Amino acid sequence: MDLSFSDEDLAFQKEVKDFMSQSLPADVHDRSDRGLHPKKEEIVRWQKILHEKGWIAPNWPVEHGGAGWSLTQKYIFNQEYFLAGAPQVTPFGISMVGPVLYTFGTQDQKDKYLSRILSSDDWWCQGYSEPGAGSDLASLSTRAVRDGDHYVVNGQKIWTSFAHYADMMFCLVRTDPDVKAQMGISFLLIDMKTPGVTVKPIIGLDLDHTLNEVFFDDVRVPVENRVGEENKGWTYAKFLLGNERNVIARVARSKYQLARLKDIARQESMNGAPLIEDADFKRKITKVEIDLMALENTELRYLSQEIAGHKLTAEPSILKIEGAQIAQAIKGLTVEALGMYAVAYEPDALTERRNDGPIGPDYAHGIMADNLYQRAATIYGGSNEIQRNIIAKLILGL
Amino acid sequence: MDFELSEEQTMLKDSLDRFVRENYEPAKRRALVDSNLGYSKENWALFAEMGWLGLPFSEDSGGFGGSPVETSVLMESFGAGLVLEPYLSTVLLCGKLIEAAGSETQRSEILPAVIGGEMLLALALSEPRSRFNLANVETVAASSTDGFVITGRKTVVSHAASADKLIVSCRTSGAAQDQSGISLFLVDQNVSGLSRKDYRTLDGQRASDLELAGVTVGEDALLGELGGGHAVLEAVIDQATCAICAEAVGAMQAVNEITMEYVKTRQQFGAPIGSNQVIKHRIADMHIAAEQSKSMADMAAMRVDGPPEERRLVTSAAKSKVGEAARFVGEQGIQLHGGIGMTDEYVIGHYYKRLMSIDTVFGNVDFHLRRYSEMT
Repeated sequence: MDLSFSDEDLAFQKEVKDFMSQSLPADVHDRSDRGLHPKKEEIVRWQKILHEKGWIAPNWPVEHGGAGWSLTQKYIFNQEYFLAGAPQVTPFGISMVGPVLYTFGTQDQKDKYLSRILSSDDWWCQGYSEPGAGSDLASLSTRAVRDGDHYVVNGQKIWTSFAHYADMMFCLVRTDPDVKAQMGISFLLIDMKTPGVTVKPIIGLDLDHTLNEVFFDDVRVPVENRVGEENKGWTYAKFLLGNERNVIARVARSKYQLARLKDIARQESMNGAPLIEDADFKRKITKVEIDLMALENTELRYLSQEIAGHKLTAEPSILKIEGAQIAQAIKGLTVEALGMYAVAYEPDALTERRNDGPIGPDYAHGIMADNLYQRAATIYGGSNEIQRNIIAKLILGL
Repeated sequence: MDFELSEEQTMLKDSLDRFVRENYEPAKRRALVDSNLGYSKENWALFAEMGWLGLPFSEDSGGFGGSPVETSVLMESFGAGLVLEPYLSTVLLCGKLIEAAGSETQRSEILPAVIGGEMLLALALSEPRSRFNLANVETVAASSTDGFVITGRKTVVSHAASADKLIVSCRTSGAAQDQSGISLFLVDQNVSGLSRKDYRTLDGQRASDLELAGVTVGEDALLGELGGGHAVLEAVIDQATCAICAEAVGAMQAVNEITMEYVKTRQQFGAPIGSNQVIKHRIADMHIAAEQSKSMADMAAMRVDGPPEERRLVTSAAKSKVGEAARFVGEQGIQLHGGIGMTDEYVIGHYYKRLMSIDTVFGNVDFHLRRYSEMT
């Protein structure tokens, strides 16, 4: 056992740190620092900088544009990336559909989509959840009926993040309604400009527009836009869900937000002294800091197991449950730290700042919005309850 | 970066686990708990033979030069078996204190005997009013013509009755809570003026309250610097704290295995109780608690050798996290067993008792959260 990184890994760490401090644009950093969603133009501009460096998709195989890093280097990159306060790369193309395409796609599909994913020229969205299919995803009912060399798609998706930005959707559809739910699903790539596709906004708790409903009314999708075999879509869907393991613990992001919480607690006051010196408040910070330390070491321990060649099973679910809870706890404490200004809430200020200066201290801007949005952390990506089911199934076999 | 055990460490773990399997099935353990001594002299001799008593001592001291990682491997296995022998008192506390602070003579007289299994030691630390504060020492060692006269009371001294020698923390100068002015003394078991009230502890081990009524010791009984005992005591206690965190991990993993087996087997309403989602989620949370504790205990074992500030920080972080998890896992182990979990006969409650003891010893969750908090 040894906690230290090799000299090569430390040199790599410095390279990433230097790149981040030189390349992350100030406006992108500012919104990310506050926990606000990046504007489309901002995140695309930043992703193009990463792409130019060759670091947009470190996990992809080298032949498709990956970085060819070791597991440890990927870990270090993620740490330094988020410790610099950078926003998460939009996952739908890079982390989700990209790996499905280079693993199961046709040569034409690879040629058509992969380079545009890497360059952020196409924005993808995820057509999974439906009004009647949330945690029980396989019960989805959006129907695709074959008509010559097209599928005709009818139905509805919901909770579709950033569909209003999207050029393309990867979408689960039912192609055979007469078999077991998992057996009749296909995986389609749908151009969002196709006639019959309608995107309607859903305004979130944070009063921001990130979520959407997407309706399909006789949408004609070429058969060549199907990934893999007809009715085998569930296999690709599960592959996609299981593929993105390395950011779910979100340790570095939580470290960054914890440092911000402490910074704010030093500036706020309580009975004439800095809030951070209040024993009750300090204890709550200490508790979450130690929980985060435990999670960091759990993530490292699992990384070490992977490097040693062990296959992980229930471990990613543990990282997801704890990671989401800790992120929520930190943001909840940050809201507490604001005192009365926690309740001032102007939705317009999420996107455009006021001309007459901020309401309350500048650091208060964005905190409640992120706190509200973070409630989703224990819901999306397989809710924490679903994750507990997975753990129990794997360790109990029941 | 590597959390995996080396080949040697894996061999060590295998032999420890074999010992536990062969010597610590519940009936054998119960017989030891009920014996006069409370543990097995044969086991202790075996520990010596296996080299386990010399594991954490440097090769200069006649030991095997094991790091805190080797100690944590050993303690994790002991935790899984609820091992009763006084390894913590004799080896990890007193032996390490003597190695760290002892004179040439003290080290050469005592350490080979400890490593050989011929001498047992106990650390007399806590007092009626000290709670977990190592600096809160009211037992006084007054200077006399040819040594010191010790007067005071020490409480819950683990395995004092079977010890050949005691190490007693005393105040030689300063006020009751000063860190400076604390000195350590080696006191023989049979010295005049020392009386003992022996009793069992919650976890089936043995402890005593000590009354020191003018116990006379020579100059050569002083262990380490006069008045400078706190620093060395704190360092050794921190190391021992990390070791019992590993012990707790072993015990929690055992609780989880036993409980999982039970919920798969126990039928109610025509199905195993483990098929209920509420039970599944509880099992998942118990598993997570043990996993997080394992990571903290491993991390602490790798860092507790570091500079004092780092040592304090990782110890208190680990102990607070592990203490909380230990109570949760122990309590839920009983809960999921229902009635049988409430019996003395069944093993699950014995794990709970040891886990509660571990949460308390060397400072509970509150103590370590506060200690960490004051450092950051």
